[in-house]
Formats: sequence, structure tokens, C-alpha cells
Amino acid sequence: MDLSFDLLGNALVSGVLLGGFYAAVTIGVSISFGMLDIVNIAHPAFVILGSYTAYIANSVFGFDPILSSIVLLPAFYLLGVAIYHVYDVSFERRGDASIRGLAFFFGLLFITEVTLVLVFGVDYRLVDAPYVGPSLHIGVIDLPLRLLVPCLVSLALIGALQLFMSYTFIGRAVQAVAQDPMALRLMAADPSRIKRIAFGLSIASASIAGAVLIIIQPVEPSIARDYIGRIFAICVMGGLGSFGGTVLAAMILGIMESLTSTFYGPSWSPAVAFGFLLITLAVRPAGLFGRR
Amino acid sequence: MVNVRFLLLALVAAALTFAVARLIDNAYVFFAGYVVLQYIVLATAWNILGGYTGYVNFGTAAFFALGAYTTVVLHKTVPVLPLPAMMLVGGLISGVIGLGMGYLTLRLRGTFFSIATLAMAVVAQTLITNWNFVGGSRGAYIIRPAESPIFPGDYIQYLFVVMLLLSVISVAIARAIQHSRLGYGFSAIRDDELAAEASGVPTLRLKLIATALSGGLMGMAGAPLPYYVTYLDPASGFSLSYAVNTIAMPLIGGTATWLGPVIGAVLLGTLQQVATVTISSALSLLLVGLLLVGFVIAAPKGIMGWFAR
Repeated sequence: MDLSFDLLGNALVSGVLLGGFYAAVTIGVSISFGMLDIVNIAHPAFVILGSYTAYIANSVFGFDPILSSIVLLPAFYLLGVAIYHVYDVSFERRGDASIRGLAFFFGLLFITEVTLVLVFGVDYRLVDAPYVGPSLHIGVIDLPLRLLVPCLVSLALIGALQLFMSYTFIGRAVQAVAQDPMALRLMAADPSRIKRIAFGLSIASASIAGAVLIIIQPVEPSIARDYIGRIFAICVMGGLGSFGGTVLAAMILGIMESLTSTFYGPSWSPAVAFGFLLITLAVRPAGLFGRR
Repeated sequence: MVNVRFLLLALVAAALTFAVARLIDNAYVFFAGYVVLQYIVLATAWNILGGYTGYVNFGTAAFFALGAYTTVVLHKTVPVLPLPAMMLVGGLISGVIGLGMGYLTLRLRGTFFSIATLAMAVVAQTLITNWNFVGGSRGAYIIRPAESPIFPGDYIQYLFVVMLLLSVISVAIARAIQHSRLGYGFSAIRDDELAAEASGVPTLRLKLIATALSGGLMGMAGAPLPYYVTYLDPASGFSLSYAVNTIAMPLIGGTATWLGPVIGAVLLGTLQQVATVTISSALSLLLVGLLLVGFVIAAPKGIMGWFAR
């Protein structure tokens, strides 16, 4: 009994830490899918791209993965701006965003993955940093820094984005475009430009999310797929575009996955997110914390 | 009447295809041809839901692999069952799964349906990976019989003929739907679902028909797979490349008619077979991705769109 209580406590703690990290991976989709209504299913592939840039910075130049991912933010932002530009010109302005837009992002996901396979192969890659090995111990609870640091970095990222959305003009404009692009146009702001900036930010978040991903686990190109379901499950459960909801939903999912892999074995944990997503979609499509 | 004539013509074309393949008399032709035919079935099946009603299914691999694993189970339990019967069972199971899946999600916006199909593929893969009877993550071995059971020749020729007939059937179904009340109902859903609903089109029922039919055909296409590959593991059965290919082919060929997916499947399927042999399989997949993105940006109506003008 004693043993299983320790196990339960540790599973809960690592679930919360994992959840914080899931929130960072999801936040980009909360912006693009939740607020801008752009179904960017390629987002996990950009997160993996972020893992690989952090990996290069770390293994070739010896930089800290998180610091290097912050330095690389502008590059990812520009990548996002470029992708949005193509998407806008090809699909949104033609009013043809649904099927072809989805296929476009599905193609991007696939291209990114295959390109990474061609360049880096399918070997697992990992990074080296002072906080990868050690753990803190509080009573019977282990706090591996490998999970704690990513969780804190993730929460900091989401906090910064929330501040940006609430207190700057552009951030408020992004929230406005999420509600009513036409009204924004009447206020003499260009919805296209605002969406471009927001989409750039969502891809930029993939840089940091990728760096924390490769700290938590070794990375190879095809693991992007495992994250598609998780990300959209969290995004839908969190109520599409609500940052607080995203964090909460991510932590719930993290705890459930951690309990599943502790008590039933890790091979079952991918089904948890997807099962949860299916149930959420069937029962309460507005999400646990949604208003719509 | 027109449908009967089309079916006869298609059967003649199929017989010609088989005769030519026999003349070349090289086993590789049958192995490569089987894959192209399989993609004709998958692309046509995808298009019944994706092209006609506008609901994007990312879960092709799930329906396909369910059909394949049905065969693995049947092969272990009732090995005397002939392949066409196994395909019917596989198609039935995938069709019922498609129906249930559609019932859960089709009342939502189209995007959610797409995400849910992706989710379903992973749930199904996890279940199969953890199911030891069909080999779990280790995979299952199936011994391919040496001889074709109905005519003299290798078993691969038999598989080729079975897939050829299935592709004729699915193309005939897709064509018949396109010119029927059902097809007009599907297009109404694609163009404006709310307006269709308001004009009395039973949208949910039509969407469920499309999902079940599309899923069933995908399952039937997957059922002979274990005999083709002789070793089936979850990672290859549920491979994302099936989903990418079945979306790319109709979109490249053109989604509005039955002919588009066939053209897309023949072109892209052949191209991939050639590229896999001459360059590498990873590069040939990259090619599919690039073509998909290129076509959706530059040629929204696919190859068929070039001739329609």
C-alpha cells in the first residue's frame, strides 16, 4: 500500500510537470486554430524542427538548448509569417480554406518530417545540459530537473504570451480578429496583417516548445505524429484559444497519461489523449472550459 | 443502362490490363501494379467522402489497417476462408467503424471530423500494438500460397486480379453515386451544408452513408495486404504515407469527378514506384508531399481542372 501511494504521488507530480510542457507545445495551436481558425496540423512538425535546431546549437556549438531557442525565436517568427503569407494568398482570399487548407498543412507536416529524416536520419537525438541529469527530492516525491525546468520555461512562455495578448495593442487586435475580422476592418486595422503577426508568434512558440521537448525526451522526426492528437485534444478541451484553459487541460491530460503509463504500461499512453479527444468531441465539443 | 455499359467497358479495360501484364511476364510488374491498383481503390474511396461531401478523412491508414488485421485474425482462426470472403468481412468491419466514427463526430464542424479521424488512427494503432493475438508490436507473419487458386500462375497474379476487380467495382460505385440523387445530395452538403439541411436534404444520414461506404472500401483494399507483404506490423500497416497518398491523389487528379482520383492514383502511384526503385523511398515520399502542396496552391481543381476550361 505504501509503495503504491509513493507511486501515485510521483505519477501525479510528473503528470503536472508533463502537462506544463504539453501546454507549451499546444499554445501555438491555441493561437492558430483557437483564435485564427487556421487548422495548422503541421504545428507538431515545427516543434520537432525546433528540437533539431536546439540539438544543432547544443551538440555542434555547445550552447544551452533553451537559450539558443530564445535566440532563434525571430527565425521561427519569420518562417510563420512566410507560411501565413502563402496560406493567405492561396486559400483565405479565395475563400477556399477548408479542404485545400487542411491538405496544405498536412503536406507541410509530411514534407518537414521527410526532410528531417533525409537530413538527420531516424536515430534518436538528445541534448546535454546541466539540468538534464539531477533530481530534487522532497520526501518520497522525486522532482527531476529534466521535467521541472521545461515546465517552468513553458509556463513562462505562456505567461509572456498572455501578457502580450492582454496589454499590447497588437495583442488586443489579435483577440479582436478572433472574434470578428469584419469589425476589425471597420476600425481601420488590417485583419490579414494582424493574423500574420499572430501566426508568426504561434510558430515562434514552436522554437521554445521544441527545445523543451528534446530536454524531456530523445527526439526523432516521426514523433511529431504522436503530438498531433495530444495538441488538438488539449486545445479542444481547453476551449479553443483560452490560454488558462489550455494549461489546465494540458495538466489534466499529463496526469492521466502519467497514471496510465505508471499503472498500465507506457504502450497504452498514446491512446489516452486520443480517447479523451474523441469523448470530448462527442460529448462536449465546446471544451471543458469553453464558452461557445 | 449507362452504368451497366460503363461496368462492361471497365471490365474489358481490366481484362486488357491483366493480359498486358501477363504478356510482360515479370513478377515485378504484378507487385508494382498491385500497389497502384490498391491506391486507385483508396483514392476513390477517400473521394466519396472527401471530394463529394467535403469532409477530409486523415484516417485512411486506420480503415486500411483494420481490413488488413481482419485478414490476419481470419487467417489464424478460419484459414480455409477464400480471400474475397475475408475482404468482405474486412470491409464490413471498417464500414461499421466508419459509421460509428461518423455518428460521433459528423454533427460537428468539418475540421473536428478531420482531427477525430487522425485521433482514431492512433487509438486503433495502440489497440493493435497491445493485442498479442495478432502479433502486437512484433508483427504477424502470413505465408503466401505459391499458386493462384483459380487460374494457373503465381499467387501474386491472383492478388493482382482481385485488386483489379475491386478497383473496377469501387470506380463504378463512385461513378454511379456521382450521377445519382445520392451524389447531388453529397454535393449540396459540400457546397453549403446549412442550405442543404434547410432544403430538406437529410445531411446526417447522407454523411453517414458516405463515411460507411468510404471506410468499407478502404477496409476491403487493406484486406489482401497481409498476403502481399507476408509480414505485417502496426507501424507499417498504419503508416502515415497511406493517408498522405490517398489525400494527395484525388487532390492532384481533381476531386469533383470519379475520374480525378483514378488519374491521380495512376500518375502518383506509378511515379512513386519508379522513384522508389531509381532514387529512394524517402525521396519519393518527399515528392508526394511537394506535389500535394504544389497542387493545392497552384491548381485548386487538379489535373481535371485543366481540361474543364
